[in-house]
Amino acid sequence: MENRPLEYDYTVAKMFMVTTIVLGLVGMTIGVFIAFELAFPSLNLILGENLAEYTNFSRLRPLHTDAVAFGFTVSGIFATWYYVGQRVLKVSMAESKFLMFIGKLQFWLYVIGVAAAVVSLFMGYTSSKEYAEFEWPIDIAIVVVWVLWGVSIFGLIGIRREKSLYISIWYYIATFLGVAMLYLFNNMEIPTYFASGGHGDIMHSVSMYAGTNDALVQWWYGHNAVAFVFTVPIVAMIYYFLPKESGQAIYSYKLSLLSFWGLMFVYLWAGGHHLLFSTVPDWVQTMGSIFSIILILPSWGSAINMLLTMKGEWQQVAASPLIKFMVLGSTFYMFSTLEGPIQAIKSVNAIAHFTDWIVGHVHDGTLGWVGFMIIAALYHMAPRVFKRELYSKSLMATQFWIQTLGIVLYFTSMWIAGITQGMMWRAHDEFGNLAYSFIDTVDVLHPYYALRGIGGLFYLAGFFIFAYNIYKTMSARPVEESELQNASPMGA
Amino acid sequence: MFHWLEKNPFFFAVGVFIVIAFAGLIEIVPNFAQASRPTIGTVPYSTLELAGRHAYIKNSCNACHSQLIRPFKSETDRYGHYSLSGEYAYDRPFLWGSKRTGPDLHRIGNYRTTEWHENHMMNPSALIPSSIMPGYKWMFTTMVDVDTVLAEQITIANAFGVPYNKAVPTKDGSTKIVKMGSTLEEANKLALEEAKEIVKDMKNQDVKDAVSAGKIPEIVALIAYLNSLK
Repeated sequence: MENRPLEYDYTVAKMFMVTTIVLGLVGMTIGVFIAFELAFPSLNLILGENLAEYTNFSRLRPLHTDAVAFGFTVSGIFATWYYVGQRVLKVSMAESKFLMFIGKLQFWLYVIGVAAAVVSLFMGYTSSKEYAEFEWPIDIAIVVVWVLWGVSIFGLIGIRREKSLYISIWYYIATFLGVAMLYLFNNMEIPTYFASGGHGDIMHSVSMYAGTNDALVQWWYGHNAVAFVFTVPIVAMIYYFLPKESGQAIYSYKLSLLSFWGLMFVYLWAGGHHLLFSTVPDWVQTMGSIFSIILILPSWGSAINMLLTMKGEWQQVAASPLIKFMVLGSTFYMFSTLEGPIQAIKSVNAIAHFTDWIVGHVHDGTLGWVGFMIIAALYHMAPRVFKRELYSKSLMATQFWIQTLGIVLYFTSMWIAGITQGMMWRAHDEFGNLAYSFIDTVDVLHPYYALRGIGGLFYLAGFFIFAYNIYKTMSARPVEESELQNASPMGA
Repeated sequence: MFHWLEKNPFFFAVGVFIVIAFAGLIEIVPNFAQASRPTIGTVPYSTLELAGRHAYIKNSCNACHSQLIRPFKSETDRYGHYSLSGEYAYDRPFLWGSKRTGPDLHRIGNYRTTEWHENHMMNPSALIPSSIMPGYKWMFTTMVDVDTVLAEQITIANAFGVPYNKAVPTKDGSTKIVKMGSTLEEANKLALEEAKEIVKDMKNQDVKDAVSAGKIPEIVALIAYLNSLK
């Protein structure tokens, strides 16, 4: 009895794995579609004039960003938490009926919240703030889901057997606290229906901050949502899944300490780099620039720690597509966290801001780092939670190369597009007049927009392969008796 | 210390929270009061303008258009005087945007007309052949919701002291009063008065008929809003 391994309960993890894949497909499909709308504007009318309101770029754009951020990524965070949490704390969800109930409640409320968010965004209910578009009733639902997740995290920690918290747990706790703080303060809004004594639309609200203050709070949020949704929890994942998959111990504990506390302290200062040359105080802008540069240190600290974990075991990268996803993911993380600080330098930002270079930067981080890491995590989890061997290693390798090609097409085209347009906007002729009208700078982008769409399409195709591979793993393979020890057929 | 923290989740969480909350406090709080003070000449949005702003937000115009002119020669040449903090004092939410797929709109009221907007919003490529902006035809048939605008006006006047029905200084030394209704009937009447001024310069017969019948299509409100951006 004493020596029997713990039977972990992955019910909630499985539920969130499904939403990760479904919402990933939805969000990325919309993304590819709106990318082609920019290259071929007639696509705005794809369903005819009567439905143009709902197929239009501007209405769909928040749906894309929110579906991939709050759908795909947040689901991935929850799915991995309900897998990793139990294993590193050495406690099973099955041991607590309460925590199991909380986990399931969190899932179903999350699904209801997603449905409400999709419908309301299609209808045009939006607060206009990027990545915080949802109106107040959905904000409340999100807060409830988040609090339930907090109960789950600290509940599981409360009944843990392993007393010392593993690095991944640090990052999950930070994700929970960071997003809670940011989301609450950025979405401070007054529902006008109640404040006006029953006038107008019940969904409508007005921001508690105005103008410059609103911008400052929004980009403190917007930048750090990137930190606490696209960085911190993804680092949590790689600290668990890379050592597990490769059988290697983390290279350096001290480096992980430095990176963790460094990231926590430095990240929050850097939001000002979204507002360079705007009307926020100069010193805030300068702080934003400087701290963005400093941010390279903790970011690269984590990434280097991951790459050095593979020291002496590089043949695994060649042999295993799963390791490839994680190693290239760390590399994209390094790449993206170098590119960001470069764009935060004031003179570079003068050209880059408002252009497609920023869009390219976001996507090499999200596609290359966030997407690859979540995909790798799910590939590692699937055989273990479904107790079946992974369906196909060769499909996984195909997916890896198609998606990598897609990312390369995406960011190279957006670099060229962004820098070209940025330079054209500022060009003067020999008499000191503007050299180009605005539309000149749009016309020149057409080939890059088309290329970007193709890059996105490649990534999406790879994601469909991923969904198929996981689906087949769930359904086509025979169930194994006990938990698999070498679940991924990687060495074969 | 770190080893101890890693065995004590509560203190670990408190530690993390202090470390991450620190920066926000220092960056946001000190300038908060000063940044919310309006410049002379900045007045609250009228009922119709605010309705137009709602249409602007509903259709996420800010996904492709900024409202922030940076202090560079190339930008002031193209768009006009660079933006000032106090000009945004009544912007809830701010609409600076983060991407210029289309041009900046912060001072579009200075160089575009009602007629231009009417044609452009119906079919942008009729005016600019290679434009990648889609048309917004439904704005010509969807009516604005004045009651929601009134709800917002009541809220911001009460909660944030936005000076509706009060004399506000203008640049030439005189004062201006932006009126706001106290009932839906009054608000409708105010919005309709403004709408009638706008449709004088429009040619779409359905829109004109709607306004004559006491209804306000979104396009009329949107144009009123865009014309107010100066």
